[in-house]
Amino acid sequence: MKKILNNVDNIVDEMLSGMIDAHGNLLDRVDGRNIIIRRNKKIDKVALISGGGSGHEPAHAGYVGRGMLDAAVCGQIFSSPGADEVYDAIKAVATDAGVLLIIKNYSGDVMNFEMAAELAAADGIKVDKIVVNDDVAVEGSTYTVGRRGIAGTVFVHKIVGAAAEKGYSLEELRKLGEKVIDNVKTMGMSLEPCFVPTTGRKSFDIANDEVEIGLGIHGEPGTHREKIKSAEIHVKQLLDEIFKHSNAKTDDEVAVMVNGLGATTLIELYIANKTVKEFLDEREINIYKTLVGNFMTSIDMEGFSISILKLDEEMKELLDAQSDTVGMKNL
Amino acid sequence: MQKIIIELINRIAEVINTNKDYLTDLDRTIGDGDHGVNLNRGFSKIKEDAGGYSNLSDSEISNKIAMTLISNVGGASGALYGTAFMKMAIFLKGKENISKNDIPDIISVGIEGIKMRGKSDVQEKTMLDTLVPFSNYLKKNIQKEEKLNIIFSEALIKAKEGRDSTIDMLAKKGRASYLKERSIGHLDPGAASSYLILETITDVLRGKDI
Repeated sequence: MKKILNNVDNIVDEMLSGMIDAHGNLLDRVDGRNIIIRRNKKIDKVALISGGGSGHEPAHAGYVGRGMLDAAVCGQIFSSPGADEVYDAIKAVATDAGVLLIIKNYSGDVMNFEMAAELAAADGIKVDKIVVNDDVAVEGSTYTVGRRGIAGTVFVHKIVGAAAEKGYSLEELRKLGEKVIDNVKTMGMSLEPCFVPTTGRKSFDIANDEVEIGLGIHGEPGTHREKIKSAEIHVKQLLDEIFKHSNAKTDDEVAVMVNGLGATTLIELYIANKTVKEFLDEREINIYKTLVGNFMTSIDMEGFSISILKLDEEMKELLDAQSDTVGMKNL
Repeated sequence: MQKIIIELINRIAEVINTNKDYLTDLDRTIGDGDHGVNLNRGFSKIKEDAGGYSNLSDSEISNKIAMTLISNVGGASGALYGTAFMKMAIFLKGKENISKNDIPDIISVGIEGIKMRGKSDVQEKTMLDTLVPFSNYLKKNIQKEEKLNIIFSEALIKAKEGRDSTIDMLAKKGRASYLKERSIGHLDPGAASSYLILETITDVLRGKDI
């Protein structure tokens, strides 16, 4: 596998250096840490922090900036950052209004962000958290870790980020975040695994004519494998699963995200989106906004996910609000 | 105790390094394939720093190990192993002259920390399936034998049984849980890495005939 790299041990560090070199007008880095923060820090509004393992670019550092996140904590490839690093991020951007952590529901992320929140709370910083779990391929259950957080997280960043910019309180932001999470459902599939540079290996093996349905964004296997079929069949299959869990119905308005996992062409994503539109038209569900592109990737995996967010007036307005980040400008 | 702790750290770091591909392969089957690499990153760092531990108290060493694991391993395993050492550090604070009879309590405090942080217990296909039977055996039998290495060797058999019992389990925690039934038939990587750690500790005690 050929990759443009120097030293696999410094991947995240070097990526962030290059990112600051390119976007120094928007972004800053906490010294010696894999933490990206906004150049113009908030003063009296709630600060939002997200993060997790790297390998999902532009998430999460690409969503730092006005109207979205205040800090992104960038762990090693596919590994949650340590609690100490999350704690440093909290200290770097905390305001008197407090800090809201946006966590994707993975054991490592939840544990490390919770530890960091405990450390920050001991310093007297107001901290709260929301945990995104939009992946309907995984069963939600109180006896297990529950559903994973995947591409739907980007809608949370955008909507809660816009509200934070408007001056919502910490409590209001947590409630809004939970509302977005309740209303966003995602499912993905992959055709080929990703190459994980830190291990020097593919994340899984799959036959030439097979696809994995319902996989997560770290190459962790999905619900099952089957022979590859047409885009139309697969998109409908994912949407059927999503609509078992989504409460969006006739006359509702939704936002759609067709998200590439890193190595899928825009050609394919637009083809997939054509079926999404047809599927929603048939059910007379109105599409308020469609995002097609690479928003939450899995290094260089071939595959995509579909997210459906059922909207209300508040979410619509916030989705339309201005944002100025590397990964997302105004929608 | 510092000298033994430092020797233990060095040996554990070597064993993790030797077995990193084995652990990563286990994780690749039912997780995200980085358990060996991540643990190796943390324990190598500890080994690097261990030279500076000789003037520290047991509690301080434990705390250093905790922070190094948390910041260098990352992921769930960094938080879990890190929490174990952090709880042991708190337990050891102010304690001098640790005796043989304190050992089961120290280990148990660490394992309780893992349960708390992971909101987990045995039978969920995790490192706890290795660690808890080991700890329970130590607690029950610490009085019956003078030599620590003999009790550890016996406890290690329980740990191995516990580790191997994860093969037939359905994962309820960690990334393997997403596989549901497909997680059955595979050894849990966390159960495997914690067995390696316990085995190494036992080996060192045996070598010293403690």
